Amino acid sequence: MKSSLPGEQPPSIFDRMRETLAPSGIPADDRGRMRMVMSSMILHIHPSKVAVRTLKFTYSWGLGGLSALLLVVLVSTGILLEMNYTPNPAQAYLDIVNLNTNVWFGGFIRNLHHWSGNLLVVAAVLHLLRVFFTGAHRPPRELNWLIGIAMLLLILGANFTGYLLPWDQLAFWAITVGTSIIDYIPLIGPALSRLVLGGPEVGAATLLNFYTLHISIIPVTVVMLMSYHFWRVRKDGGLSVPKAPGETLDKRLEKVTTIPFLVRKELAFAAAWIAIMVLIGMFIPAPLEGIANPEVSPNPAKAPWYFMGLQELLLHFHPVVGAVVIPGLALTALALLPFYDLRVGSVGVYFRSWRGRYLTLLSMGLALLVTPVWVLVDEFLIHWGDWLPNWPTWLSNGLIPLAVVALGLVMLDELIKKMVHASLEERVLVLFVFLFTALIVLTVIGVFFRGPGMELFWPWNMPVH
Amino acid sequence: MSTKNNEEKLTRRSFLKTLWGVIGGVAALEFGGVTLAYMQPRLAEGDFGGIIEVGSVDTFPSGSVTHIPNGRFYLSRLADGGFLAIYQRCTHLGCSVPWDQTAEQFICPCHNSQFTSDGELLNPPAPRPLDIFPVIIEDGIVMVDTSQPMQRASFEPSQLVYA
Repeated sequence: MKSSLPGEQPPSIFDRMRETLAPSGIPADDRGRMRMVMSSMILHIHPSKVAVRTLKFTYSWGLGGLSALLLVVLVSTGILLEMNYTPNPAQAYLDIVNLNTNVWFGGFIRNLHHWSGNLLVVAAVLHLLRVFFTGAHRPPRELNWLIGIAMLLLILGANFTGYLLPWDQLAFWAITVGTSIIDYIPLIGPALSRLVLGGPEVGAATLLNFYTLHISIIPVTVVMLMSYHFWRVRKDGGLSVPKAPGETLDKRLEKVTTIPFLVRKELAFAAAWIAIMVLIGMFIPAPLEGIANPEVSPNPAKAPWYFMGLQELLLHFHPVVGAVVIPGLALTALALLPFYDLRVGSVGVYFRSWRGRYLTLLSMGLALLVTPVWVLVDEFLIHWGDWLPNWPTWLSNGLIPLAVVALGLVMLDELIKKMVHASLEERVLVLFVFLFTALIVLTVIGVFFRGPGMELFWPWNMPVH
Repeated sequence: MSTKNNEEKLTRRSFLKTLWGVIGGVAALEFGGVTLAYMQPRLAEGDFGGIIEVGSVDTFPSGSVTHIPNGRFYLSRLADGGFLAIYQRCTHLGCSVPWDQTAEQFICPCHNSQFTSDGELLNPPAPRPLDIFPVIIEDGIVMVDTSQPMQRASFEPSQLVYA
């Protein structure tokens, strides 16, 4: 800001205000632009300079940024939706219908919120995959990996609690089926279920509980964790640096100023995604079925799509194993990853090495083949309950089939250890790819191939109920 | 006081520090307890969750299954005249189980679990028979206490209530 010299016209009150609210333009020199990043509250999540290599779009795919953008869209549209919504079974459904038919842009705002929430699950999972496949979960970024997992769980929680709010048949039964899983948690299950539901089944108290979680507790926690996540990215030295297999990086990486080289990319990326989301919000309506009827379960009653992999597991295992033991083990293994898979030499190389890339494809192909076969065999040929009639079902239909599956995984691990002398990081990679692909296959089967009575049908031959 | 003694004896400073820590911990537990208690289910009297008057014993013939919607249960009267109030919620994942009169079974629409007219499990994935509510018969009137569903491992004749 210029100070006025004697005899010169002093700046007007409007000039002073403009200078305070919108400091004059972007400085022309590097040093000025770097200072601008440091002294701006929003921009200071970035360093003032970034390594040229980390700007490569096909390395990070902007997935963390997309997640953050979607969070902004969700908070903005969510606040608008709150103003036309009453969390009460008598009113909630009517409010949604009113929103769709009677409120200016009501349907558009709801669609935008619905699809952004669903896309956020996808973006966050892809972000996790990107980080794992480039080895970026390894030290020093292990704490940020854990924060990321916590946020992923909260995102699923936000989606799940939001799913109930329209109070239609879809919402009511998806939440009934989803929350029934809580009952199977050993010891605390029934008490926890009553606490979450506010009673023995989904009802008015559940709606109010979920509303409170959805609009305050979960978003506030996510925003706090997200700030921490961003801060840790900088503390851990920025993005992991992409490199080719076998390449060693120079000690001194070539750097450029954040303005304009990173910021303009982010702005273009955000603008493109906002345009995509607006188009989706305009043309694809969020689903809404008839008003919730606690007397009539639809057939089939399905959980939200992101839990259909879990529901598919429930068809093959006793609920304690399918809903508690397997997800618990998987989450624990995921959280512990950076503490046993910690060779940092391959950080920045997609799939660790050239051989890792072939192993990834191999493992993926194997899972694509084995998982559907396993589902079919378990559905039609294996009847543990009938074969071991006097055993408790948590053993005959739970731990025993789980042991069989675990044995298969151990054999896969032994096989690649013996056949290709795979290193620890390659074995971890193979198992991760196998299990994640299996989860995707189970989700696809659950969403598209399960019909009335949860029996298997071809998607193009699905009976209408 | 020597440094050696410091390690073994409880000094005033470390005593007060520990005391503050304990008081803080107790306060945190109390607030946690208050929150949990505050969030306990609030049940409405009279309707589902309370005692429901179903009707006179004579209106339910032996071998019949009657749906009582406001109590969320089926009043099943077996062939020998014994009453059983069966919670309509599937023990697998909580779907409402309809009574199929032609098959004379409860068949869950969600995962195809099947139950007999006394709620006994015929076909998994449900892990146990349908839950029941206590039946009270006074002066020929059938009443059902829906405050707490009772889990059971199998059907026992002792679960039946006779007029």
